[in-house]
Amino acid sequence: MNWSDVLIDFQMRLGAPEELRWLVVAITYFIGAFLLVNASLVLALLLIWITRKIVSRIQDRIGPNRQGPFGLFQTVADALKLLSKEDITPANADVIAYALAPILAVFPVLMSLAVITFAPGFVGTDLNVGVLYLVALGSVGIMAALMAGWSSNNKYALLSGFRVVAQLLSYEIPMVLAMLAPVLLVGTMRTQELALAQSLYIGPVNLGLGWFVFILPGAFLIYFISALAEAEQTPFDLLEAESELVAGFHIEYSGMRFAMFFLAQFLNAFFLGAIAVMLFLGSWQGPFADQIPLLGPIYFLAKTFLVYLLIQWVRGTFPRVRIDQMMSFAWKVLVPLVLVLILSQMILMKLPMPVWGGWIPYVLVLLANLGAVAIVLSVLGRFYSRNEITTKRAFDPKSLIGTTVPVSQAGD
Amino acid sequence: MLSQYAFILMLSGIALLIPVAAIFIGHWLGPRRPDLIKNETYESGVETIGDTWVQFRAQYYLIGLIFLIFDVEVIFLYPIAIAYRNLSIFSVLATVTFVVILILGLFLEWRKGALEWE
Amino acid sequence: MAELFPLPPLPTFAQVVFMGIALLTVVGSLIVVLSRNLFHSALGLIAAFFGAAGVYFIAEAEFVGVSQVLVYVGAISTLIAFAIMLTRGMMFGVTSPRNRQSGTAAIITALTFVVLTALMNATPWPQAGEPITDGEAVIARIGSMFVNEYVVAFILLALLLLVSLAGSIVLARDRK
Repeated sequence: MNWSDVLIDFQMRLGAPEELRWLVVAITYFIGAFLLVNASLVLALLLIWITRKIVSRIQDRIGPNRQGPFGLFQTVADALKLLSKEDITPANADVIAYALAPILAVFPVLMSLAVITFAPGFVGTDLNVGVLYLVALGSVGIMAALMAGWSSNNKYALLSGFRVVAQLLSYEIPMVLAMLAPVLLVGTMRTQELALAQSLYIGPVNLGLGWFVFILPGAFLIYFISALAEAEQTPFDLLEAESELVAGFHIEYSGMRFAMFFLAQFLNAFFLGAIAVMLFLGSWQGPFADQIPLLGPIYFLAKTFLVYLLIQWVRGTFPRVRIDQMMSFAWKVLVPLVLVLILSQMILMKLPMPVWGGWIPYVLVLLANLGAVAIVLSVLGRFYSRNEITTKRAFDPKSLIGTTVPVSQAGD
Repeated sequence: MLSQYAFILMLSGIALLIPVAAIFIGHWLGPRRPDLIKNETYESGVETIGDTWVQFRAQYYLIGLIFLIFDVEVIFLYPIAIAYRNLSIFSVLATVTFVVILILGLFLEWRKGALEWE
Repeated sequence: MAELFPLPPLPTFAQVVFMGIALLTVVGSLIVVLSRNLFHSALGLIAAFFGAAGVYFIAEAEFVGVSQVLVYVGAISTLIAFAIMLTRGMMFGVTSPRNRQSGTAAIITALTFVVLTALMNATPWPQAGEPITDGEAVIARIGSMFVNEYVVAFILLALLLLVSLAGSIVLARDRK
């Protein structure tokens, strides 16, 4: 039973006439959707605050600390400020595409709320094509970035728009194929079914620890890296590289229109984390989640916030990659690896096994995944331990001002 | 099943309404004092030279094409994954062949240098 | 009152939604054809794609609908926008939607519409056994049909995609 069925049944038993059932359904759905969307708007304020706090701590700053306890209301103040800003449309901009782009950027992000499993019985609606629905929405946002970049009549914006598309298109493929791994394991695309499949029974008690990350760590790692790129977070934030492109495809936007892009970006990072939790980290499952229903949403939100924190940690510590490195990492490392991973999982799941050995395919799949993890980590390790990365120099500078090399080693 | 999509419909209505309302309120609350300099294209304080819409390299188009082809192949893999548990050995072989051809295509791109970003 | 003015029966909820979606599709298509700015034509095409996806959803073909959004809205419209941006003369400046062949095109379009409608009405659509009500079973059925009944077409499709990958390299690589 999903929340909407319970509520509709309740209203029908209160004495709503049967011929007005469609109205009851519509009102229930409307209220549910309205609450979800508005809760996520408040969530965005919180997320921006979290990001600013974490990144400033990593950079040895304090971050917002004046408005309210721990500076919690700083983002509220920022939102109010953006609300009172002038709404500028630059000269020669393509007015229609310029106005539509921020709306189209927020739309797919909010739509992904529909299949997020907050708790048993609390998913907007349990679509039969749930996972594919999320994938499809992810590809709609690409067009919004391209529209914004093209319509602004700004060279930076257009450059950034092209980069966004190249990046999002390249990382969409490994992400979608990594999301295929749990679907292949269970044989369903419904998010609530996927959550139920990640339980672990010892006798009659559900430990709730049968997370797919324990069987598919390789797919999880590839999903996580691709999600970083899809969320436009720092190792892959070429599209808004402040030192090169000033701000990215939304450079000409001001006021609330700019806020829409900002909102879309932060909520997207959070929801990509939520998808990781739904597919790999056990959704709302956890110890005693069956006995105490309240633990379900707590587990889900706690895990999602942890993944979000991880994303922000990566954002605060890793240097940005170059566009050719980004493209070759997607097409030459992630895509072949995830294809081989899916292929091996397909073969291993169908190997003839003795009756008692139902668990053997899972162990073999786990081994294949661990191999994938080792390959990704060794590629990343070799990349990040290269000299030009550790000294933060892509070329030999004329002077060493601004680098971290000690004076004694300085050659000039 | 259609009632599930009634929820999607409601959500899409609200998801469109919220940004439109926010932008409208912002437009209504904010000042409106456009002038020539303010509305000019931003380019680090200098005047823009030449057209914005410069021609771009064909490599972006190539990436788009490769993405489209892989996207189509992924679409085929998802329903097979749903049915995978009950498939016969013959069907599994067909699926494996499909994925192997996909990998071959990727290596073809690689060998031909389509994945090099210059 | 009701006897004096016999009202047509009220449309059901699904019909109202269908009308909205059909309107979106038609208006989008008209923008594609009539807009003087090629990029706006591409935007109209996206609206039409969304409309088509909506029609699939109403017909309870959810998998086809999602595929429509993923492939057409996600990939093909981006590709079309790229193609417009890469073609220098088309990007800015106004192109006229009319040319000498517009009259012929209109006639052929109208004829195609008539023929398609007649075909749809005349075809005895086969009903394949019991309709499956469980949406997930439908998707599983599609999946198993790919690799059983239509396996030859499935493998040929993989080869076709391989050939188109090779073709894309020949077409789109920078010539040196």
